[in-house]
Amino acid sequence: MSVFFSKNSIAWYFIIPVLAIHFMVVALPSLLSLALCLTDWNGFGKINYVGLENFYELFDDRYFKKAVWHNIIWTFLFLTVPIALALTCAYLLTGITKGQMLFRLCFFFPYMLASIISCQIWKFIFHPLYGLPAWLNSKGIDFIPAVSPFTVKETSLYAVAFVDGWHFWGFLVVIYITGMYQVDNSLYEAADIEGATKFQKFRFVTLPLIRPIFIFSIMIIIIWSIPTFDYVWILTQGGPAYSSEVLATNLYSQAFDRFNVGYSSAIGTLMFIYTIFIVSIFGVLRKLGWEI
Amino acid sequence: MIVAKYRKSELISNYTILTILALTCILPILLLFFNSIKPQEEFGINPLGFPITIRFANFVDAWFIGEYAQIFLNSSKLVIGTLILNLTVSGLAGFSLAKLYPRGSNVFLVYLLVGVSIPAQMFILPLFLMWKELNLMNTHLGLIIIYAGLNAPFATFLIRSYMIQLPDELFDAAKIDGANTLQLFYRIALPISWPVFLTTGLIVGLNVWNEFLFALTFVHDDAKKPIATILFAFQSRFENNWGLVNASAVMMMAPIVILFMFFQRRFIAGLTSGASKG
Repeated sequence: MSVFFSKNSIAWYFIIPVLAIHFMVVALPSLLSLALCLTDWNGFGKINYVGLENFYELFDDRYFKKAVWHNIIWTFLFLTVPIALALTCAYLLTGITKGQMLFRLCFFFPYMLASIISCQIWKFIFHPLYGLPAWLNSKGIDFIPAVSPFTVKETSLYAVAFVDGWHFWGFLVVIYITGMYQVDNSLYEAADIEGATKFQKFRFVTLPLIRPIFIFSIMIIIIWSIPTFDYVWILTQGGPAYSSEVLATNLYSQAFDRFNVGYSSAIGTLMFIYTIFIVSIFGVLRKLGWEI
Repeated sequence: MIVAKYRKSELISNYTILTILALTCILPILLLFFNSIKPQEEFGINPLGFPITIRFANFVDAWFIGEYAQIFLNSSKLVIGTLILNLTVSGLAGFSLAKLYPRGSNVFLVYLLVGVSIPAQMFILPLFLMWKELNLMNTHLGLIIIYAGLNAPFATFLIRSYMIQLPDELFDAAKIDGANTLQLFYRIALPISWPVFLTTGLIVGLNVWNEFLFALTFVHDDAKKPIATILFAFQSRFENNWGLVNASAVMMMAPIVILFMFFQRRFIAGLTSGASKG
C-alpha cells in the first residue's frame, strides 16, 4: 500500500478541507496583513517597503491614541459592571427554585439578538422625542436631558458600551451559574456549621470554586474588547468628533474610506500582537499551576 | 440543588432584584414588538406603551416596501450554504481528530486555537482585496466561504469533543465488516452524532443570520444584502417610519425566537461550550 493510502494520510485527508477554507479566509490574509503593514500601499499603485514607518506614524496619530484609550476604558467597563452584575445575579439564582429556568432564559435572550436589533431598540429608547428621557421630562422629572446620549461627545462611548453590555451580560450569568452548580453542596453545609454569612460563603466558597470559569470570563472580555466594532459602527460610527472612536472603527475607516492598506494593516497587527500576548499570559499562568 | 438556604424575607428580596434585572432584559425587546404593531400617528402620543390601535399592516408594508421576500431569501441562502459547507468540512475534520488519531494533529489544534484569537480586523482588508481578485465580491458564495471559514474552529472543536466519547469498538466492528474510512464516517459516526450537528448547526446558523461586519464589507448590492445590513440601511432611509423599521427588526428576530423556544438548552449549551472546557 502506498503512502498516499496509509492510515495516517487518510486521516489527514479528512482535515485538509477545513484547513484549506480556514487558511484561505483567516491565515493567508492575516499573513498578508503582517507583510503589508511594512509598506505604504494604497490598494492600487506600487508597493513600497517603508519599514516601521506606519508604526511611528501611528504613535503620533492622535485619533489612534484616542481609540486606544477608548478601548482601555471599554475593557475596564466590561471587566467591572457586567461581571459584578452577573456574579450577583447568578448567586441569587442558585438560591431559588421556582422560576429559575425562566429567569435564566430572560437573562440569556438578549445575547442571541443581532447587534443591529439591540442597537435599534436602544436608539429608540434614547430617542430625543419619543424615548424614555423625553417621557420622564413630560412627567416633570427633568434632571435627565432629552437628548440622545449617542450624539453627545461626553456620553457617546459610555452609551454604546451600555448597549453592548446589556446584550452581553446575560452570557456571563449563564456561564457563572453553570460553574456554581458544580460546587459541592457539603461545602456550603460546612460553612453553615461554621456560622458563615451569605457574603462569606460567596467570597470563600463560591468564588474560589468557580475560579476557572471566572478567569476564563476575564480572558474573553479582555480579548473581545479589542475588536469591538458592530455597536460603535451602527450607533455612532465613532462620532461625534471621534468621541466614541475605537480601534476597530479607526481601522475600518482607514481601510475602506481612505484605502490606507499599510496603515490599517499596522493597526490590525498591533491588535493581533496584543491578543496573542493576553492569551499567552493566561497560558503561562495555567502552566504555572494556577488551575485556570 | 439549592446552594444557599434563604429565609422568607430574603427570598422576597432575591425575587425582587432578579425580577427587576429580568425586566431590564425583556422590556426593551417587548417595546420593539409593541412598536412594530403601532400605527405611525401614535408614536407622538404613546411612544413607549402598548399600542392603542393595533396595526399589523406594518409587517405587510415592511415586507413589500423593504422587498423582504428577496432579503429573507438572501439571508436564508447564506445560512443554508454556510451550514452545508461548514458542517461537512468540520464534521470530517472533527471525526478524524477524534477517531483516526492522525500524527501531528496537535499542531492543527494549536493552529485552530490561534485562528480563533485573531481579530477579524487583522485580515478583513487583505481578504477584501483577495476576494476582489477572485471575483467573489458581492456574491453569496464569497460570503458563504468566509462564514464557513470563520466558524470552522468552533464547529470542529465541538464536533470533535462529541465524537471523542464514542466507543472505539463500534468502529472496529464495522472495519471488520469491510467498511472503509469514509463509510465509518457517514454510516456510523454521522447517524449517532446528530445531536452535536444540531447544536453546531443552530449556533453557526445564528452567527450567520446575525453577522454584520463581513456582510457590510463584502456585499454592497442592495438586492444581495442579508437582513442585518439591510436593516442598517433602513435605519437611515426610513428614519422616522418607526413602525416599518421595528416591524422589519421583529421579522429578523422571529426565526430566532421560534428556534430558541424549541432548542433553548442546545443554544445555551452551544454558545457557552467554550466556558465549560476552559
